[in-house]
Amino acid sequence: MAKTFPKGGVHPAENKLSAGVGIKEMPLPKQVVIPVSQHIGAPAKPVVKRGDVVKTGTLIAKSGGFVSANIHSPVSGKVKKIDNVMESGGFKKQSVIIDVDGDEWEDNIDRGDELNKDTGKSAEEIRNKIADSGIVGLGGATFPTHVKLSVPEGKTVDHIIINAVECEPYLTADHRVMLEKAHEIMVGTQLLMKGCGVEKAIIGIENNKPNAIKHLNEIAGEYNGISVEGLKVKYPQGGEKQLIKALLNREVPSGGLPLDVGCVVQNVGTAIAVYEAVQKNKPLIERVVTVTGKSVKEPANLLVRIGTPLSALIEESGGLPEDTGKVVNGGPMMGKAVPVLNVPVTKGTSGVLIFNKKESKRGYTHNCIRCARCVSVCPMGLEPVLLRNAAQAENWELLEDEHVMDCIECGSCSYTCPANVPLLDYIRLGKSTVSQIIRSRKN
Amino acid sequence: MNTNNLSVSLSPHMSHKDSVKSIMYTVVIALIPAFLVSVYFFGLDAIRVQALAVAACVFFEWLFQKFLIKGDNTIPDGSAILTGVLLAFNVPANLPWFIIVIGALVAIGIGKMSFGGLGKNPFNPALVGRVFLLISFPVQMTSWPKVQVLNFAMTDAATGATPLAIMKEGIANGEPVSKIINSMPTSYSDWMLGEMGGSLGEISALALILGGLYMLWKKVISFHTPVAVLGSIALFTGILHLVNPEIFAGPGFHLITGGVMLGAIYMATDMVTSPMTPKGMWIYGIGIGVITVLIRVWGAYPEGISFAILIMNGFVPLINRGMKPKLFGAKKEDK
Repeated sequence: MAKTFPKGGVHPAENKLSAGVGIKEMPLPKQVVIPVSQHIGAPAKPVVKRGDVVKTGTLIAKSGGFVSANIHSPVSGKVKKIDNVMESGGFKKQSVIIDVDGDEWEDNIDRGDELNKDTGKSAEEIRNKIADSGIVGLGGATFPTHVKLSVPEGKTVDHIIINAVECEPYLTADHRVMLEKAHEIMVGTQLLMKGCGVEKAIIGIENNKPNAIKHLNEIAGEYNGISVEGLKVKYPQGGEKQLIKALLNREVPSGGLPLDVGCVVQNVGTAIAVYEAVQKNKPLIERVVTVTGKSVKEPANLLVRIGTPLSALIEESGGLPEDTGKVVNGGPMMGKAVPVLNVPVTKGTSGVLIFNKKESKRGYTHNCIRCARCVSVCPMGLEPVLLRNAAQAENWELLEDEHVMDCIECGSCSYTCPANVPLLDYIRLGKSTVSQIIRSRKN
Repeated sequence: MNTNNLSVSLSPHMSHKDSVKSIMYTVVIALIPAFLVSVYFFGLDAIRVQALAVAACVFFEWLFQKFLIKGDNTIPDGSAILTGVLLAFNVPANLPWFIIVIGALVAIGIGKMSFGGLGKNPFNPALVGRVFLLISFPVQMTSWPKVQVLNFAMTDAATGATPLAIMKEGIANGEPVSKIINSMPTSYSDWMLGEMGGSLGEISALALILGGLYMLWKKVISFHTPVAVLGSIALFTGILHLVNPEIFAGPGFHLITGGVMLGAIYMATDMVTSPMTPKGMWIYGIGIGVITVLIRVWGAYPEGISFAILIMNGFVPLINRGMKPKLFGAKKEDK
């Protein structure tokens, strides 16, 4: 029996349409839009101004605090302006807009392909390099990587867990990088291990990617302390709490962090970014994005510079299908539907998913029939129907007592509801209100 | 293409294929074997009762929804049809038409729509209808037509008692259980297939179990409630039978005769009126089993599962409050 997390979870149709399509480098766009807040934490502060000439890899915005991240220019060209531009969430955010002019890289970046396995740098050097390079979690949560690696006093970490689960349907970017950049992942993992002083790392991969599991297993012997583990396919196994439970049978306490059970979880794409930053001096300026959907002509995995508009990616994959009803930045379970197509790819963009008109519509909402499917699929052991009722009744105290803050917003409840009750919509409302109440209590 | 009309909604952007409708019709499909058995043994009467009950339930659902609740048409969700089928399953096949209509009115009107419609009713609507009829029309509700294989003549068939009633009366008269069972016209193997007096849909344990397995496979019910009900009945009556086999019938008799299979598999598992967590379902199911045996053995009625389910329906909100799922990463004090 393959390992998995024990409680809850769903298994949506996988639809990994682009799993067999190799990573293709996307041509440079004419203009890039770089939001200064592409990560969890304080926005970065722009250090360029209108008219400045930048190279690929030039720092354009500096980390705005401990939990924040540097941002580098993904192209060479001229800063057109710094302005508030709509990003994929639909809000306008401060962004640096650069007109692209060629592709001249910073001199200190090693653009060669040869593998550098030398992990001689000290833990501090590694962490500093990661912080300088603006690396954040590429799985979608975009938490700054150097912060995760800084283990606070009194905590001990014994495992790095590489999240290569890719449990979201449709997405295949992680799958492809495992097939095409396996050695970089391994070296990156070793750097992460060294960066927070642990001896062991586990790469968790769901069993729907047997070729990736086989490939990584073949080369794992060359790298000390790294093991590869196949996992039963179940959403949301890529949630870090679920992944730790599945791999190590440790339960992150309610309200706690993976650190509390001795783990640091990093996405597999992040491992590559760490490799490139530490070994090649290359900041995080590009990433692999899956462009997919049943109506998409040529589903693809594209290596894209940050700041490229989603519309360019869609053009590259055969253009926007005629009956498109919804375009999602990310996967179908947790991604955000975008209001317009010229929003930029950011560090957290793992996919562009196109739904036709029929797929875009939510079903008719019936009365709740108390089937309790939401209760049985909740991986956090919550009662979504109860939370939804409490949020609807604005009973914030009950919501807090019922642990609404433990919700990981995986969407399994709304997905499974036969009555199409928008459970997670209400739970999000409850979560944000309760978190405001908790914050005001602290002040 | 014009991209000004993209839909924007919160995640998730996918939905499981099961709907309220598909769940309701899955249960209806699961009831088909038992329905066929009822036609086999009760002839056209079974079809008459079934059709009338469904039509009346659908009509009252439409009426109350349109004029009382004033909401969207809820007929297509299939729940009124299911209530109709289950109501018919719970009455004798020779029930006069007006009693069936009254049963449908009570089931849908009082049992369901007065609480706000599907999903809001605390008690199983079909059972509310059945119990109302049992109390209001005790004679008609307990005169069971004798089973006759494939008799479509629509003649007034003779009536006879159910095995449970024969057993109850025999024990009251001081006869030993073994003798009562031997005196009955049919035996265990006949009962499994449905050859016994009883309500239209309850007679064949085999057909009901078949439908139950289909629902388990379709994940419309979980095994907890039926296993808890049947297991607790078997255990309780087994103990009684061991204590004194002459005055207490054994678990085999209690499981196969009467409405236990229908109740445990189809009525107690009604999603709306049963608990949410497996822990809760165990308590609920055991409660039903124990109350059923208490009524059957010591109560005034030969059969008690309808009352048992309705009584335990009343405890469901409390059970839900007490039996919560285990929180992921629960701290010691939360447990």
